[in-house]
Amino acid sequence: MGEQRVVITFQTTTQAMAWERACKERGLPGRLIPMPVVISADCGVAWLAAPEELELLLSQAEELGLGYDQVVELK
Amino acid sequence: MIYLDQAATSFPKPPQVVEAVCRALTGAGSSGRGGHELSLAASRLIFEARLAAAQFFGCTDPSRIAFTANATESLNLALFGLLEPGDHVITTVQEHNSVLRPLFLLQRRGVEVSFVPVDGRGVVDLDGFSRALRPATRAVVVTHGSNLTGNVLDLDWVSRFCREHDLVLVVDAAQTAGWYSYNLTQKPLDILCFTGHKALYGPQGVGGIYVRPGLMLKPLKVGGSGIQTFSREHPQEMPEALEAGTLNTPGIAGLLAGIRYVLGQGLAAIRQAEGELTRRFCQRVQEIPGVVVYGDFQARERLPIVSVNVQGVDANRVSADLAELGICTRSGGHCAPLLHEALGTRQQGAVRFSFSHLNTPGELDAAVEALGRLAQEYGGKQYG
Repeated sequence: MGEQRVVITFQTTTQAMAWERACKERGLPGRLIPMPVVISADCGVAWLAAPEELELLLSQAEELGLGYDQVVELK
Repeated sequence: MIYLDQAATSFPKPPQVVEAVCRALTGAGSSGRGGHELSLAASRLIFEARLAAAQFFGCTDPSRIAFTANATESLNLALFGLLEPGDHVITTVQEHNSVLRPLFLLQRRGVEVSFVPVDGRGVVDLDGFSRALRPATRAVVVTHGSNLTGNVLDLDWVSRFCREHDLVLVVDAAQTAGWYSYNLTQKPLDILCFTGHKALYGPQGVGGIYVRPGLMLKPLKVGGSGIQTFSREHPQEMPEALEAGTLNTPGIAGLLAGIRYVLGQGLAAIRQAEGELTRRFCQRVQEIPGVVVYGDFQARERLPIVSVNVQGVDANRVSADLAELGICTRSGGHCAPLLHEALGTRQQGAVRFSFSHLNTPGELDAAVEALGRLAQEYGGKQYG
C-alpha cells in the first residue's frame, strides 16, 4: 500500500512560484512536482506534501495571502 | 564614440545585465512548461523579476505585473483591452506614436479621442483636461515624460483629476521607469506601461504592464499559458491572462539585473547625476549663437533630454555631422508627430541629446563644442 500524500494545485504558475518561495523562506515542508495526471492532464506544477503537514501549510497560506486552487489527496 | 542617445536605449548596459542574459540562455528552460529543473529555473527567475518589478514600482502584489515585449505592446494592451466603441478618451499632444497610433486606430473603430494642447515650450495645459471632459469619458492616457522635450507631466495632478471624475488612468512610463520613484501603493495608478531597455538598463525586447487589482483588460493575444490546457478559453487570472506564449526569459533576466543595478546605484543618486549633466549641457548649448532649445527649463524636474535645432539647418544633417564626429544623437520626428507640429518643427525635426548617469561632463562638453563648431560652419548658409 502506497504512502498517502496531498497535492496543492494552483491557478497560475505565478501562484506556484509565490508558494514555493514563501515555503522555502519559512522552512515549510513540501516540494513542487509536475501536476499528477490523476488530478489533471494539465501541464502545470503542484505542491506535494504529507497529509499531516497540510494544516500548517494552509494556515501559513492564509496568513501570507498565498493563493491556490485545490487540495487533493493522493492515495 | 560619445553616446548621447540614452532616451532611445541605454548604452552601455551594465556588465551584470549582460551576465544575467547569458546565464538565462545557458541555465533556464521555458517557464511554466513542465516540472523539470530547467523549466522551474525559468519560472523561478521570472517570478523573481516580477517580484523585483512590483517592489520597484511600490506594488504589493507581483501578480499585477505582466511582462511584455516593450512599452508599445503594453500600451496597445492597455488601450485595446480597455476601450470600446462609444468610449471617449483624453490624451495629450506630447504623446509618442505608441499611444497615438493605437488611439488613431481606435478612433476608426468608434472611440472618441480628445487631445490636450501644449504651450510653446511643449508644456501640457492641465486646464485642457477639464475642457475635454465628456459624459462618455472613460480614460486618460498620458506620457509621464516627453521623449522629445524632456518635460515631465504633473502626474499627481492628473491622477487626482482621474479620481475626481472616475476615469481610468493609463501612464506611458517609457522614459520615466527607472527615473521616477513610483509608489503604486501610496500614489495609485490604474495602468503603468514600461519598457526595460531605457532607464532600467535591461536588454531590448522586454517591458511590462502593471494593472491595478480589480481592473480586467481584454488580452491582445491568447494561446499557450502552461496552465488550464484543456480549457478553450485563455486563463483570466493575472498575470498569465496577459502573457500568452513563451516569455522572453533571457530578456526578463536582464531586466531583473537592470532593476537591481538601478537600486544599487540609487534612484535619487542617478537622478541627481543626470540632473547636473542636463543643467550643464543646457546652460552651455544655449550660449551657442543660432541654437534653439525646446522644452521647459524652469521646471523643478525634467528628464535628461535636451532637443535643439541650429537655425535653418535640417536636424538630420546636424545629427549626421555629429555622428561623423563620433557623437550619437537622435534626429527627425522622434515618433512624436503632434508635439513636433505644436513646436513648429514638423519640417526641420530636432536633434535630441539624451543622457544617463554613465555619461561624463567631459563627454557633454565635447558635444557642445562640436555643435558650436558645426553651427559656426553652417552660419549664414542654407542647408537642406
